[in-house]
Amino acid sequence: MSELIAGIVSKYNYWIYVILMMIGLYAAIGKNNLVKKLLGLNIFQTAIILLYISMGVKRGASIPILDKTSVLLNGVSPVQITNPLPHVLMLTAIVVSVSVTGVALAVIIRIFREYGTLEEDEILEKLNK
Amino acid sequence: MTSFTNLHLYVLAAPLLSAFALNLLGRLSRTWVYPLTIGPLIFSTVGSIIVLMRVLNEGAYSYTVGNWSPPYGIELLVDPLSAMMLVVISAVSLIATFSAIAWAEREFPGREHLFFTLYLIQIAGLMGLVLTADAFNLYVLLEITSITTYGLIAMGKGRAPLASFNYIIVGSIGACFYLLGVGYLYILTGSLNMADIANIVGTLNHGPALATAFAFVLVGLCLKMALFPLHGWLPNAYSFAPVSAVLMIAPLMTKVTIYLMIRVILNLFTPEYVFFTHPAVQSGFVWAAAIGIVCSSSLALGQRDLRRMLTYIIIAEVGYMVGGVWLANLHGMTGAVLHILNDSVMTLCLFLAAAAIESRTENLSFDSLLGLCRKMPVTMAAFMLGAFSIIGIPPTCGFFSKWYLLLGAIEAGHWEFVVALLFSSIVNLVLFFRIIEFAYIRDLNNKKLEAEYRIFTTVREAPMMMLVPLVVSAIALIVIGLGTGQIAKIINLEMIKFF
Repeated sequence: MSELIAGIVSKYNYWIYVILMMIGLYAAIGKNNLVKKLLGLNIFQTAIILLYISMGVKRGASIPILDKTSVLLNGVSPVQITNPLPHVLMLTAIVVSVSVTGVALAVIIRIFREYGTLEEDEILEKLNK
Repeated sequence: MTSFTNLHLYVLAAPLLSAFALNLLGRLSRTWVYPLTIGPLIFSTVGSIIVLMRVLNEGAYSYTVGNWSPPYGIELLVDPLSAMMLVVISAVSLIATFSAIAWAEREFPGREHLFFTLYLIQIAGLMGLVLTADAFNLYVLLEITSITTYGLIAMGKGRAPLASFNYIIVGSIGACFYLLGVGYLYILTGSLNMADIANIVGTLNHGPALATAFAFVLVGLCLKMALFPLHGWLPNAYSFAPVSAVLMIAPLMTKVTIYLMIRVILNLFTPEYVFFTHPAVQSGFVWAAAIGIVCSSSLALGQRDLRRMLTYIIIAEVGYMVGGVWLANLHGMTGAVLHILNDSVMTLCLFLAAAAIESRTENLSFDSLLGLCRKMPVTMAAFMLGAFSIIGIPPTCGFFSKWYLLLGAIEAGHWEFVVALLFSSIVNLVLFFRIIEFAYIRDLNNKKLEAEYRIFTTVREAPMMMLVPLVVSAIALIVIGLGTGQIAKIINLEMIKFF
């Protein structure tokens, strides 16, 4: 039991990402309100962003900005700098997620104008009439 | 030939740049819409044919954007397969665009420039997807094409925004799964370049982390391509979308995603890993495809609207191609790639015909097709050619790719896939002959019935802007069918390396 807890604690970043992802997935699929679905999607995307960010982190490492003279004297030691690539990738992923949210909100406005509600069951009721 | 070094990049850039020009100039005058949509697509079509010929003469080449050498920079790979897909995308979208312009004039009067801005960006995104050799770049382009599709679908009337919203949720979850898979791959290999990852994957022990990455990437792509149990978003999205948008989206979106699956299998995970470390997954996919073909063909039988019926046929065709890929032999793979080409032209032909009919009858329920053979003879003739191709009657191209798929299935011993293919051919026969009966035979036998639909007596042949592309696509079905040998040779050139 204590081994299990130790395993969870030592890899807590992955556990957080998995839990967040499940919350997001549940909301995106299971919620009735369209805005809540969209929020679930956002949580889902944020969980993935957290996964990427945490994979670039190294304990005790510093930001990846190099001092020219010290690099020329001592060379680069990869242990001392965090991996910047996942951060760069996630900037792009954030842009994608913002655009998806933007499009989805615009579509939600159109749905609201069409049906006067954002609850999925009420919309389906109006459709079946 | 040095002047052609960058040509494939210009092919991609032409629709992208003209999308922005169109958005600005289209506000000033509507006359810009025509030259700025057709122009770049003609350029792309001609350019991509030249690129294909160059690749066939000189072999595949890779291109590094911004001179950052791979694996650090983003690499574009131009090989016979991607060059062929480039030709398919540009030619299909060019043909579809003529009809789309005519439809956009009636669907979005005064807002055509906004519509075609999204339309052109999507085409550029699709071209980028087939060229890229970078796993993360692929995600970004996948989202560019998807976001523009969400927008295009949401521009429709009535239930279209709701269908688009469902597509947004499912499509984004699919893309996120893909991104997650790439994340696992990055943790394992430290690289994002496909060829580089493939090299490193070969040296790894095939543990659960690699299997997880593989599962996430595949499920993500399957959601995007609407493989049978994951197809829920497609019928509504495609049948409520504006006609002008669906003309280009329906033939290209699912097909390009299947091409991506082939790319991921061949160039990212390597066939040895995909097909041989998890034999259960391999046969599971063939079974899923077979069940998908049977179920969606049966669902198509229940539809009373032509366009809705066609959307279910698209889902069945996705099963054809996915099954062909997972047969894991040369015939199956060749058949799958050939079917990507053929199915995009067949779908184009059928959707163009549906659009031409709808432009005169205003709706596509089967009742409104009554007696159309006499009133729209050219349209219906082209429609029948498309139908023959879907059914698989020689010499239309649908027969040949189905033949390859059958050969592959027999070779692999997957009889369930053989049965599914034959079943779907028979169902398609029923589906289309029912429509032909509505359009042709009922007209002769039942004059009284026709009198009840007097409203349709004003129906006449579709306008030239819709008729000419339709006829071109119908002729292309026969030409591609007769040229199958040549095309299969091009595909084999690439596939022989793997099998």
